[in-house]
Amino acid sequence: MILKWQVAKVTAITAETPRVASLSFHVPGWQGHLAGQHVDVRLTSDDGYQAQRSYSIASAPEEKGVTITVERLDDGEVSPYLVGEVRQSDSLELRGPIGGYFVWKAGDPRPVLLIGGGSGVVPLMAMIRHRALAGSRTPVRLLYSSRTFDDVIYRDELDRLAAAGDGLAVHHTLTRSRPPGWKGYTRRLDRPMIDDVAWPSEQTPIVFICGPTPFVEAAATLLVERGYDPAWVKTERFGATGG
Amino acid sequence: MAFISRGFRGKRRDETTSSRVPPGQHTVNDFPVLSAGPTPRPDLAHWSFSIVGEIDAPRTWTWEEFRKLPQEEITVDIHCVTKWSKLDTKWKGVSVDTLLDGVDTAAEFVVAVSDGGYTTNMPLDEITDKKAWAVYEYDGQPLHPEHGGPARLLVPHLYLWKSAKWVRGLKLVKEDEPGFWETNGYNNHGDPFKEERYWGD
Repeated sequence: MILKWQVAKVTAITAETPRVASLSFHVPGWQGHLAGQHVDVRLTSDDGYQAQRSYSIASAPEEKGVTITVERLDDGEVSPYLVGEVRQSDSLELRGPIGGYFVWKAGDPRPVLLIGGGSGVVPLMAMIRHRALAGSRTPVRLLYSSRTFDDVIYRDELDRLAAAGDGLAVHHTLTRSRPPGWKGYTRRLDRPMIDDVAWPSEQTPIVFICGPTPFVEAAATLLVERGYDPAWVKTERFGATGG
Repeated sequence: MAFISRGFRGKRRDETTSSRVPPGQHTVNDFPVLSAGPTPRPDLAHWSFSIVGEIDAPRTWTWEEFRKLPQEEITVDIHCVTKWSKLDTKWKGVSVDTLLDGVDTAAEFVVAVSDGGYTTNMPLDEITDKKAWAVYEYDGQPLHPEHGGPARLLVPHLYLWKSAKWVRGLKLVKEDEPGFWETNGYNNHGDPFKEERYWGD
C-alpha cells in the first residue's frame, strides 16, 4: 500500500472554539480510514517551500470525505494557515490514513475508556462518531479536560450523543474556570477523578489517551497504578511539535 | 511546481542548517515525547541488558556492569517521523560496537527489545561501525523515563522510532522481523533523508 499525496478540496470549515476549527475535505479516491488514524498535510508556497504536519482525523469511517480538527498555535507554521487563512473550495495536499495502533473498531467487545486533553479529543471523537454511526452499544466513557467552557471542542455534539442514553458517558473537567451552574469537574486530572470514571480493571477495558505529554503521562500512570495492564492503554501525544 | 497552497508562506529555515534537516521535517528546540503506551519504570536492581539470538554465548549485563562499559559522548541530530528534528542533541552511552565486540554471528538483522514489549528491527550493519549506541544520559543528566530512561537505543541516521526507548536488549536474527511500528504502517527502514516514513515510501 503506497500512500500518495492527494489533492484535497475543502468542502466545509466549522469554527469549534475561538482557536479550533474543523476542516472537511473531498479527497478523490480516498481509501477510507479507521477511527484514531491521522493524515499528513503538506503546504507548498509559490516558491516551492513546503511544510508538513500530521493531524488526527475527526470524522468517522462511515462519513463521507475526511475531516480534521486543528488547534491554532500562534507561533506555529501550519496551524495558523489552516485556522484563519484557508477558505472553502481551497485545496491542499493530504496523504493517509496513517497509523495502525491507536485505532478502535466498533466490533471490539471491551468497554472503552477515552481520556482526552484539549485537542487530544480529536481522534477520540472519531471513535465516538464511529460508535454512533456503526450503531454500536459498546459502553464508552470519555473523560475530557479543557481549559475553559469555551475551549470545549464538540461540546454540543457530545451532549447530544451522551443524551441518547445508549452507553456513552461524557465527563468534562475544566482546569481554568468554573462557569455558573457547571456540573463537571473543575480541576486537573487526578486520582479521585480516575477512580470515579475508569472502568474497574476486572472488566479488562481498552483505553485511549491523547493530549499533551504531562496529561498523558499522568493519566497512563494513574491507570497502571490502579491495576490496568499497560497493554490495555494506548497513548498518543501532541503538543510542542511546532504545529 | 505541481501544487501551490494559496496564501501560504511558511517560516523559512535558517540556511546554515537547512541541509541537516530532512525533507518534510522542521526543527524544534524542546524535546517532544512520543510513545504508544504507559512509561515503564523498571527497578534498576533487576534491570539487565542482553544480546541474544544468533550468538554462541548470549551476553547479559546488570545495570552496574553496563555502566562500567566504555562510555562515549555523542552529539547528533535526531529526526522523528512526526515531523520534528532536533539538532545537536548530546548523549552519553555505550557504542553498539562495544556491546557486540568479538561476537561472531550469522545474523544479518537485529530486533531491539524494550520494556513494555516494544520492538523495532534494523539490518545489523546499520547499527554497527559507529552508527548506534545504547545511551543513558541526555544533555548531562540521567535519561528521563519519558525519553526512554534508564537506557534507550540511539540510531540517529534513522527515524527516531528505531531508537527504541527503555531498551533491554538486542536479538540477532537471520531473517528480518518487522517490529511494532513497522507492522503498524511505518516504513521498514526509516531513512529520514529518503523520507521513508510509511509503508510503500
